[in-house]
Amino acid sequence: MVLRDVERVFTTGRGRRTKRIEALAGLTLRVQPGEVVAVVGPSGCGKTTLLELVCGLQAPDAGAVEAAPAVLMPQRDLLLPWMDALDNAGLARRVAGASREEARVAARPLFAAFGLEGFEEQRPAALSGGMRQRVAFLRTLLAGKPVLCLDEPFGALDALTRAEMQAWLACALATDPRTTLLVTHDVEEALLLADRVAVLSSRPGRVVAELEVPAPRPRRATDSALVALREQAMEALWAG
Amino acid sequence: MGRLSAAAAVVVLLGAWELYARAGGIDELVLPAPSAIGETLWTDRGLLAENFVVTATEIAGGIALALVLGCALAVALHVSRPLRGTLYPLLVASQAIPIVILAPLLVIWLGFGVLPKLAIIGLVCFFPVVVTTLDGLRAVDPDQRKLLRSMDASRTALLRFVELPAAAPAALSGARIAVAVAVVGAVFAEYAGSSKGLGHLMLQAVPQLETPRAWAAVVVLATFSVTLFTALGALERRLTHNAGGSP
Repeated sequence: MVLRDVERVFTTGRGRRTKRIEALAGLTLRVQPGEVVAVVGPSGCGKTTLLELVCGLQAPDAGAVEAAPAVLMPQRDLLLPWMDALDNAGLARRVAGASREEARVAARPLFAAFGLEGFEEQRPAALSGGMRQRVAFLRTLLAGKPVLCLDEPFGALDALTRAEMQAWLACALATDPRTTLLVTHDVEEALLLADRVAVLSSRPGRVVAELEVPAPRPRRATDSALVALREQAMEALWAG
Repeated sequence: MGRLSAAAAVVVLLGAWELYARAGGIDELVLPAPSAIGETLWTDRGLLAENFVVTATEIAGGIALALVLGCALAVALHVSRPLRGTLYPLLVASQAIPIVILAPLLVIWLGFGVLPKLAIIGLVCFFPVVVTTLDGLRAVDPDQRKLLRSMDASRTALLRFVELPAAAPAALSGARIAVAVAVVGAVFAEYAGSSKGLGHLMLQAVPQLETPRAWAAVVVLATFSVTLFTALGALERRLTHNAGGSP
C-alpha cells in the first residue's frame, strides 16, 4: 500500500465565510504486505481522513493512494442492535450476497478462537464492551479484505479492558497476519502492536517521523526498547 | 399507578356527567346519561357488534394500507433526493384536502363498498407514517453508513440490513398516530355513503332520536382505537426491546 504526497482539503461554509481546512498535506506512507503500521498524531491531524482515503470512502485532492481493498473498523463497535453476535460478525458476508446460514457458518468457528464461545446468540446489548469490540473485529476480518483499517479500536474502552484487548489483538494478528493500518492517539498502544509507527504532525497532517519497532513479541510497555522508542515518538510528536 | 389514575379519571368524569344529566341540566336527547348509554350498549349489542365488524375492518385495512404505502413512499423519498424535493410538498398539500369534501366525491368514483373507505382512511393515515419512517431512515448513524460502504454494500444492502430495521419502530410510531385520525376518517367515509358500519349507525340514530345509540357507537369506537393504539405500542416496544434499545 502506497500513499504518495496525499493532500485532502475540506471547505466549510459558503461565499465569503468559506473556510479551507487542510486535513492532510504532502503525506507519504508505504505499508508492506503483512505489516502492521500504527499512525499516531495529535487529535484533529487527519488520522480518520487517512483511513477513509485508504478504504476508498474519500478521494484525495492531490497525490495518489494505491491500496488493496481495505475494510474499516471504526472506533465505536457499531454492531446492529437487532442482530445477534453471529449475524453481526457475518454482516459483510451477507452484504456481499451470502445467505444468513452461510454467513453464520463462516463466523461460528472464529467465536471460540476469539474467546466468544457461548455468546453467539446474544445481542450486542448483552455483551461487555470488550466482547463487542471483539465481535466488531471479527466482522472486519470476515469482510475478507487484504487490508484492515483500525480507527482507534479501543478508544472507547476502560484502561483495564483496553490493556486486555491490546494483548488479544497482538495475539490475533500474530496468528492471522494482515496488512494493518492502526490509527491511535496512544503511543504506547502503537508500540505494543505495530511493526512500524508513523508520527503525524498537527494539521495539515504529514508524516514527521517513522520508527521501526524491532522488539520481539509478546511485548510489554515496560520493555526498555519500547521505553526508549516511546521517548523518540513523544519528541517527534512535540516537534511536529 | 398510571392505569389506576386513568381509571379514577374515567370514574370521576362519568360520575360528574351522570349527576349533570340526572339533575336535568340538559335534554336527554342531546346528552344522555352514562347509565342510559351503558344500557343501550347492552340492549343493542347485536346491532353494535355487526356494525363494529364493518368499521373495524375498514380501519384496520386502511391503517395496513397506509403502513405499506407510507413505508414504500418513505423509502422512495429517502433514496431519491429529487423525489423528496418534488413530492414532499405535494404530500403536505394532500393533507390539506378536507375529507368532508373528498369523501362524497370518492363515493361517486369508487361506489358504496369498502373501497372509498379504505381510500379515505389510507389518505388520512399515510402521512404520519411517511414522516416518522422517513425520519427513522435518515436517523441512521453516518458512521454506520461508512462502515457498510467500506464493505462495498450496495444501496439495497444498506437499506435491507441497516436502514429498514432501524426505521421499523418509527413506522409503527407513525401508525399509532394514524389510529387517532383513522377512526374519524372512517366515520366521515361512512357518512358520505354506506349502508352499514358504526358511522352509518350514528348517522341514522340521531334523526331517529336514538341519541344513546349514537353515543354507544362512540364508546365502541373509542374503545377500539385505544386497543389498537396500545397494541401497536406494544409491538413497537417489542421491536425496540429486541434491538436492545431499552433495558
